[in-house]
Amino acid sequence: MEKPVFDFAMNSTRRHFLSRLSLGLGSAALGSLLVPDIFGKGGDEGGSGLIPGQPHFAPKAKRVIYLFQNGAPSQFELFDHKPLLNKMFGQDLPESVRGGQRLTGMTANQKNFPLAGSIFNFARYGASGAEISELLPYTSRIVDDICIIKSMHTDAINHDPALTFFQTGAQVGNRPSMGSWLSYGLGSENQNLPGFCVLLSRGLGNGQGVYSKLWTNGFLDSVHQGVQFSSGENPVLYLGDPEGMDRAERRRMLDKLAALNQGTYDEFGDPEIMAKIQQYEMAYRMQTAVPEVADMSKEPESVVKMYGPDCLVPGTYAANCLLARKLSEQGVRFVQLYHQGWDGHAALPKEIRGQCLDVDQASAALVTDLKQRGLLDETLVIWGGEFGRTNYCQGAFTQDNYGRDHHPRAFTIWMAGGGVKPGLVYGETDDFGYNIVSNPVHVHDLHATILNQLGLDHEKLTFKHQGRRYRLTDVSGKLVKGIIA
Amino acid sequence: MRRNLTYALLALMLGGLIMVILKKKITGARTGSGEVSYNYEVRPILSDKCFACHGPDANKREAGLRLDMAESAYAKLKDGKGFAIVPGDPEASEVYRRITSADPGYVMPTPESHLSTLNEDEILVLKKWITQGAKYEPHWAFTVPVQQPLPEVDNPDWIKNEIDRFTLSEMEGLGLSPNEEADRAQLLKRLSIDLTGLAPSLELQQKFLDDDSENAYEKVVDELMSQKAYGERMALHWLDVARFADSYGYQNDDARTQWAWRDWVIHAFNSNMPYDRFVTWQLAGDLLPDANKEHILATAFLRNHKITEEDGVIPEEYRVEYHLDKTRTFTSGLLGLTVECAQCHDHKYDPVSQEDYYRLFAFFNSSREKGFDGSAGSGPAKTPVLTISNTEVKNLFSFINAPDTSQIVVSVMGESETPPATHVLNRGVYDALGKVVTAGALPAVMKFDSLKYPKNRLGLAQWTVAKENPLTARVFVNQVWQEIFGQGLVKSTGDFGMQGDLPSHPALLDWLAVDFMNHGWNIKRLVKQLVVSATYRQSSKTTREKQEKDPENIYLSRGVRTRVPAELIRDIVLSTSGLLNPEIGGPSVKPYQPKGIWEATTANRGSLARYVQDTDGLLYRRGLYTFIKLTLPPPAMIIFDASNRDHCEVKRQRTNTPLQALVMLNDPTVLEASRVLAERMSTRTIPLDKQITELFRRIVCRNPTANEIELLTDYYHTELATFSKDRKKAQTVLNVGDHLHEAHYEVSRAAALMRTISTIYNMEETITKS
Repeated sequence: MEKPVFDFAMNSTRRHFLSRLSLGLGSAALGSLLVPDIFGKGGDEGGSGLIPGQPHFAPKAKRVIYLFQNGAPSQFELFDHKPLLNKMFGQDLPESVRGGQRLTGMTANQKNFPLAGSIFNFARYGASGAEISELLPYTSRIVDDICIIKSMHTDAINHDPALTFFQTGAQVGNRPSMGSWLSYGLGSENQNLPGFCVLLSRGLGNGQGVYSKLWTNGFLDSVHQGVQFSSGENPVLYLGDPEGMDRAERRRMLDKLAALNQGTYDEFGDPEIMAKIQQYEMAYRMQTAVPEVADMSKEPESVVKMYGPDCLVPGTYAANCLLARKLSEQGVRFVQLYHQGWDGHAALPKEIRGQCLDVDQASAALVTDLKQRGLLDETLVIWGGEFGRTNYCQGAFTQDNYGRDHHPRAFTIWMAGGGVKPGLVYGETDDFGYNIVSNPVHVHDLHATILNQLGLDHEKLTFKHQGRRYRLTDVSGKLVKGIIA
Repeated sequence: MRRNLTYALLALMLGGLIMVILKKKITGARTGSGEVSYNYEVRPILSDKCFACHGPDANKREAGLRLDMAESAYAKLKDGKGFAIVPGDPEASEVYRRITSADPGYVMPTPESHLSTLNEDEILVLKKWITQGAKYEPHWAFTVPVQQPLPEVDNPDWIKNEIDRFTLSEMEGLGLSPNEEADRAQLLKRLSIDLTGLAPSLELQQKFLDDDSENAYEKVVDELMSQKAYGERMALHWLDVARFADSYGYQNDDARTQWAWRDWVIHAFNSNMPYDRFVTWQLAGDLLPDANKEHILATAFLRNHKITEEDGVIPEEYRVEYHLDKTRTFTSGLLGLTVECAQCHDHKYDPVSQEDYYRLFAFFNSSREKGFDGSAGSGPAKTPVLTISNTEVKNLFSFINAPDTSQIVVSVMGESETPPATHVLNRGVYDALGKVVTAGALPAVMKFDSLKYPKNRLGLAQWTVAKENPLTARVFVNQVWQEIFGQGLVKSTGDFGMQGDLPSHPALLDWLAVDFMNHGWNIKRLVKQLVVSATYRQSSKTTREKQEKDPENIYLSRGVRTRVPAELIRDIVLSTSGLLNPEIGGPSVKPYQPKGIWEATTANRGSLARYVQDTDGLLYRRGLYTFIKLTLPPPAMIIFDASNRDHCEVKRQRTNTPLQALVMLNDPTVLEASRVLAERMSTRTIPLDKQITELFRRIVCRNPTANEIELLTDYYHTELATFSKDRKKAQTVLNVGDHLHEAHYEVSRAAALMRTISTIYNMEETITKS
């Protein structure tokens, strides 16, 4: 391969060369020699000083697994224990607490806002003494490995804009997703797997759907797009060869194809043709690498036990957690899970029980598994939804049944590994759980902090598009220094 | 390994050098006498490095200093200590002192800005410019285009029309010479893709090769442009501009029926509607004095944006969002400007204030539509709605391809009788109401003369297509150029502002824009002008010398060579295999798609929770008719960089990825096309090399070389050997796609031929315009 690679390089200016590389050449030898992880790099036109595939400073984390709880889990039932809500059960939320917070169209016409305490019990766990609900027995055992942030807040109050904001730093859509930014900023560690993988699952609770704009590359090269895995026959779309085509036959076909394409290159001299040959080779390698990583059959009994039996059922949250660990272990930069069903507007207690059964064991297992493998230090795990839920009831209200509307002002997420302080509870809400009283963390702040843990300065990770330099954090975002180990 | 490293580093260094050399040459060519050009050399530096803090944005302006206008740049500094720019005297100019300083507390741009400091070349340019008097010029794109005299060239024999004078004179200036004309087969495929989006049929190939008349080329251009497929090809780009889709887009994402508007667009291009009228109807058809239903249908252009059906939203927030989208589509798609910045604050680079922005927004804010007009299941169009009866389809709208006799509904524009006041929205937030403004178009582009233009969308449309508007014609001509030559004369198709790319051939762009307007905004004439030029007809072969001098072919010394757009990949596969259903227009269709991907993402509300694949002829419609569900657009198209139609898009990316290889290898569309062709071919008794030649000509649209025939024959024989031993396997391989099997064919031969054909479909050249 030396000669064509040389010709190819000779035929290009530096930037053109680098950007072509990103779009395709993907040659392991050349890529890794030039700069680490050059595959997946887009040419930044903005001259931000970003060197392809190199962080701005020494990273704490190399990879991210984001366990997105789509629909917005209720912080009151899980992490943010507020006895006052039980004491004031059914009384109206004081206007002084609400402080003019805008309401969704679902409760805007409600005459009053009866406070609803959680019907679930809480206890303190671990050295940190963090309060965790009885719905999360497995999570309660890993509290000393995680950092619970009770003071998250966001700008949006409806699912679509809030999800889009969490994933792309903007509510409008068509901006690159967090995973795309990381793929762009850091490249890929594995030449045979996509750098940004998306895994979907769904619980029985009220669901809100997901949208491909959440894993879009926006204006970055489409090589940075999240690749949606599916639980069907093909883990990656179009991956499987048609029936009746074995590996040797595919190889034969690709060899002939390469010879034909080489002929076109000899005639036209267009470097894109050589890149095309390389892309077919990478596709061929992906065809082996992806099924291998998606194959759970070789996992030992102890692992299956840890994640729970569902982990052998493709498409479940547990199976996705295990797959996330395997992908991450193989160097996939960003694994994004979505578990749907958390939108508890009515019958919240019943629904949230089911959702917790889906996710509690596997989420905790993922953290423990990574820790046991010595990977937790370099893997940042994040668990949480797009906003929180109200402390008052929406709709029909009884002692043991209620619903909660969307609440952007305060909610809880947790993080683990990747240089985040373990065993910490960060931030606090008032006794009503309505407003943050200390250490607020805005979505932009969270993004800035995630990038920081991966060695990227959120103000420097830019891409110039249609005349403007864009960032994941738009024009704001502050490091949350208090959670950094 | 070491050798590789050395080569790679060497290549990088050489690349850097070449870049510098070419840049120098361009500078020389532009400025001749050594006079520095403000527009071409100075402003790009000032805009990129200084205007963020010292530009048009009044709120973010540091030290009260504004460097984008001569008056304020020459004025005494606010702190009283000297002058930012002293014309003629760089050493006395604070700007020059700051950009050359090594003191981090003094140097500009500041380290906090994360904008790197100026390099030596940039400093030199600014120094020369100040020395020469620091003359400011208006931004090129905001001045009315005028036709300069046609450039003289050394080699007039090469010239076929005016375009060539401009391109050749640039080439000659840079020491480049044009390629020879491409051979006929190559030219025909290029033309066919550009003018119809389809591969040329075997019959057309033969006809063109056999035509030795002098105007054979013009004849085939006319023939292709007269086909209905021309309208489909032209519509493709416009559907991106108009963010056309078949669903509402936000979370529940139910189906909508805007397709009748798509039928209108195809019809408009086929009937060669002048561009000024095309734009006017789409912006303000409903406000025309004699508005009929066709005029109103055209306004669906403004209503193709996403519409929420999420329960619990605050309607006003979304109503505002829809008009922001219209504003963005108008500015980006028609004016080639990126002005969203001014939604929240004064623009940092272009002279567009936040107030200007909301005055533009006001044109759309008087629309009758609602922020929330029902949740999922409430209907395929939203207020205001145009209804078209079956009788009207028959009489007025013969171009609409109605699937049945039911009424067609489309979301269109309509004015409110009691329009709300338009406010400047502080920080762009829908309920942070600032000052009240009235409608007016961007003054930096052209004055909106309210004596001449009504203060409504019709006035905006008239302002847009006025001959004095410096942008509209340039922007459209550039978009058409981009579709045909692979990249625009202005590469940043959506940004003609100060941060955008400068035109590679400014005089050519202006000449074409003026010519276009002077000839009645005649689109077919413009397209023909481009494709009959000698510039277009060049071979796309490249040499090391050309790659070194001009790797991106900005100076057009070779023909275009680019992978075709996503939809056309499908069209090529279907048309060359004979599977294509050539029907024009109608509702969108659902061809093969990987199982379960809609189902995995849906919220289970609305009619699009499950993907119900179409059958029979609907499986073989052209790519532009594929159903676009915004929350999960067709994956095979997205993988090939199709627009996701979320926003107005004027320029697609063009990437080369392993997922694209997987689609070509394994998509049932390609496999079925290979199978159907193979079965048809195997019923005929012609020698193998003839079969392969014919297949190759069908698919790649040229005669194969001896080497290609040998490779493919060889491959065929290997596969045949396998299938002869295992006929069951051959059956399995042929078992793909819904299309009926041929009655009589030999299974092993058909399977071997199918694989051979699939290999041809996977050739880089097959899906490349070359």
